[in-house]
Amino acid sequence: MGPLRPCLFFYLFLRGDLVAKPSTDTWDKEFSPWNDPDEKPLIRFKNVTKKFGDFVAIDDLTLDIYTREFFALLGPSGCGKTTMMRMLAGFESVTEGTIELAGQNIADVPPNQRAVNMMFQSYALFPHLSIYDNIAFGLKRDKLPKDKIDARVAEMLKLVRLEKFARRKPHQISGGQRQRVALARSLAKGPKLLLLDEPLGALDKKLRQDTQFELMDIQETTGTTFVIVTHDQEEAMTVASRVAVMDEGRIIQVATPGGIYEGPNSVYVADFIGDVNIITGTAKAAGESKYYVDWGVNQAPILATSERPFSDGQECHLAIRPEKISITKEKPEEAENAVQGKVLDIAYLGNLSTYHVELPGGQIIKAQTANTRRLSRRNITWEDPVWIRWNATAGVLLAE
Amino acid sequence: MRRFAMIAVPYGWLAVLFLIPFLIVFKISLSDAALAIPPYAPTMKDGFGALLQGLDFENFVFLTTDDLYYKAYLSSLKIAFFSTFFTLLVGYPMAYGMARAPEEWRATLMLLVILPFWTSFLIRVYALIGILSNEGLLNQFLLWLGVISEPLVILNTNIAVYVGIVYTYLPFMILPIYAALDRMDDSLIEAAEDLGCSRMSAFWLVTIPLSKNGIIAGCFLVFIPALGEFVIPSLLGGSGTLMIGKVLFEEFFNNRDWPVASAVAVILLLILIIPIVLFQRNQQKQAEAEG
Amino acid sequence: MKRLSPFNITSLTLGFAFLYLPMILLVIYSFNSSKLVTVWAGFSTKWYGELLRDEAFLDAALVTIKVAVMSSALATVLGTMAAYVLVNGGRFFGRTLFSGMIYAPLVMPEVITGLSLLLLFIGIGMDRGVLTIVLAHTTFAMCYVSVVVSSRLVSFDRSLEEAALDLGCNRFDAFRLVTLPIIAPAVISGWLLAFTLSLDDLVIASFVSGPSSTTLPIKIWSSVRLGVSPEINALSTMMIGIVTIGVITASLVSKRKSLNAQKDAQAAERAA
Repeated sequence: MGPLRPCLFFYLFLRGDLVAKPSTDTWDKEFSPWNDPDEKPLIRFKNVTKKFGDFVAIDDLTLDIYTREFFALLGPSGCGKTTMMRMLAGFESVTEGTIELAGQNIADVPPNQRAVNMMFQSYALFPHLSIYDNIAFGLKRDKLPKDKIDARVAEMLKLVRLEKFARRKPHQISGGQRQRVALARSLAKGPKLLLLDEPLGALDKKLRQDTQFELMDIQETTGTTFVIVTHDQEEAMTVASRVAVMDEGRIIQVATPGGIYEGPNSVYVADFIGDVNIITGTAKAAGESKYYVDWGVNQAPILATSERPFSDGQECHLAIRPEKISITKEKPEEAENAVQGKVLDIAYLGNLSTYHVELPGGQIIKAQTANTRRLSRRNITWEDPVWIRWNATAGVLLAE
Repeated sequence: MRRFAMIAVPYGWLAVLFLIPFLIVFKISLSDAALAIPPYAPTMKDGFGALLQGLDFENFVFLTTDDLYYKAYLSSLKIAFFSTFFTLLVGYPMAYGMARAPEEWRATLMLLVILPFWTSFLIRVYALIGILSNEGLLNQFLLWLGVISEPLVILNTNIAVYVGIVYTYLPFMILPIYAALDRMDDSLIEAAEDLGCSRMSAFWLVTIPLSKNGIIAGCFLVFIPALGEFVIPSLLGGSGTLMIGKVLFEEFFNNRDWPVASAVAVILLLILIIPIVLFQRNQQKQAEAEG
Repeated sequence: MKRLSPFNITSLTLGFAFLYLPMILLVIYSFNSSKLVTVWAGFSTKWYGELLRDEAFLDAALVTIKVAVMSSALATVLGTMAAYVLVNGGRFFGRTLFSGMIYAPLVMPEVITGLSLLLLFIGIGMDRGVLTIVLAHTTFAMCYVSVVVSSRLVSFDRSLEEAALDLGCNRFDAFRLVTLPIIAPAVISGWLLAFTLSLDDLVIASFVSGPSSTTLPIKIWSSVRLGVSPEINALSTMMIGIVTIGVITASLVSKRKSLNAQKDAQAAERAA
């Protein structure tokens, strides 16, 4: 074990460093069609604009989504994510630009003739039809023979583990089961693309977490391309192969969950996904890809690395996740960045504790530690003077 | 194409059987009575130019000269107003009692209020005749009690009309008030009492204002149809009971004066527009408040 | 916590007594053997017998039922269409006029509706008879149907229709297979309302009926004008009886439905 340990640390260090670069996605080697220039996208939004009267819901948006992707549109309500989905389903027309599905413009294809199916936020299960008839509904529209329909419905019921409930009506099953019926119904016709509008929004938290994994399994089993709309960043991070963060009709960033979390391209994205400390200051070059951030009177400048160039004196924002900041009572030796402060608040979350540390300038920095030992004596308490430290590579330096 | 048919069929139906007939009434109200079939002139047969020239406001002028008509309008307004007030007096305590009744009774009470809705209006008015007439059951009962020594004359007076309107329109008053009271949060009354209100003042300061919209809706729902009522004044009222619906009916069938009957109808509609618009506004405000 | 005060109990008792005593007495006196309707002379069902032998009444009843069946069916179809157009039709030329025409007949005094329709029928030279009554009843009943149906359509989840479109339906199939079955209860109560409105209507029918098409309310009216008669008491009792049985059955059915729904909800919870 002896010589392995430094190697392991070195490896982890390296990996963290690589992840911090937003453009590369080393941990998704096995599936990353968006990095393959020869790959044709399944869906292509080309300069799409959608207006409702004077209101611009989607603003000149361009985006590619690839076959077998699990793509998440993430953003606050009113950001345009649902409009994008409804344009894909055919319920909203495009004001300007084109949407292509498998290379064909779908502007004039009515919703009932698109190889796209949708799972509705309310599930939209037909209350007067049994689970069986709900799933068979789309197949019957295609005038399939009865035995084919039976076989396909049975297959779908098996996929979502509801074989026993085929004869029940929607109001006779639980919310989680309804969600699975809605999924089965929308998958029954074998669409090229499945749209999911807040599919887990109506479930309670525990059920939602279980269902997320089920959704991923089903997506993998069927090989269907999924586009999911959600406002829940945890959900998007869990299920998606790529996430598009949207705001006010525009896409702010498209990247893998890891890329979004570790390498946000803006303060908006950093702030939207997870918890983050933002320290604002001015940049000063400090060697190759390294910068000093001057951020407060009587404070030593912070050392940070960045692939993006900053000119001397340019305003910049350093985004650091709380878990990347460690907290100690004693002054740490040889830290790249260390600041003294005072504990203002402690949030005990069970698995984690978050310390709110007030710096002399009044700024509050959150630092998180894992509670690895049960009921360990926490030696840091309110009003204690403490030191917080982090590495130069821990944060991301952002221009806006 | 289907969308067009969906719109065109009911639209066309209403245009032909509601809008056009109404325009005809308006046109005839401007014509003159004539001893002809149909009994007015000019008609479409006379050509469009003659038609336009022949129209005037003579009938409306006539309505102002004969005091029968404005008396009838005024008395309709008066009867509608007071009977609405009496309906409120009877209906509010009932709605309030229903809203305070135990949960398991409410469906039954509701059913009891709705049941008369489905029962023939004519029969319900008719049922009152047997009660209110001179030798009717009410007089028999009162004589038996010894409260009166001689039968009261109720039938064929305005009192009978009031009773009839309250009796037949009571459900219209109860339902909106009950709906408003039922929505009200009980803890509001408790909060008012907690803050020092007595039972009575809590009722006046909290319950009444919160059921205001229900009261207004109920009053309009009684007032508007009562104004044009024909069956009740004809059956229960006497020769002295003047209500415009009755006048119109008689003008048309007994006097065969179609132009005047039409003019009476046009003015009745003009009078009705005010409460209808107010009612609409109240409903809209309520809908907006509920969001 | 909520308790009925003596005042509440008194007002409810008196109120319901006021609503129901006249009808109860009417029913009781329909079994009175005396011709004098206010003097009780012993139990008898002879007035029912006389009523059922009275050809004029039977004819009128037949005409009334014919009119009610036809006009309620027409009114249900037209009213449902109108409701759908109003709620989901989007914008079209004259939409305000259309919604005005839907709501106006609800507040229009019957004398005016009757008068205007009569003038129309005379104007176009149409003979007055069953057909004119059907047309008149359809016109005002369709407005009631459309109000009842549109209040259901407003709360109808539009995504259900979109789901049907998404699964391959055209608009018409989506309406036929999804919307209509779900709003069916509202359509049925609209139809019931149209049916009773037609059965009940006196004023409009008096304007637009011909000599050969006397409806039951017109017949009742002409005999009631002459005073209370035991035959009318018997007829009223029969009508009240039918309505009471109908309404109570309907409410029992809907109560059972909601009980079943509760059971289903509990079963669903257990299944989860």
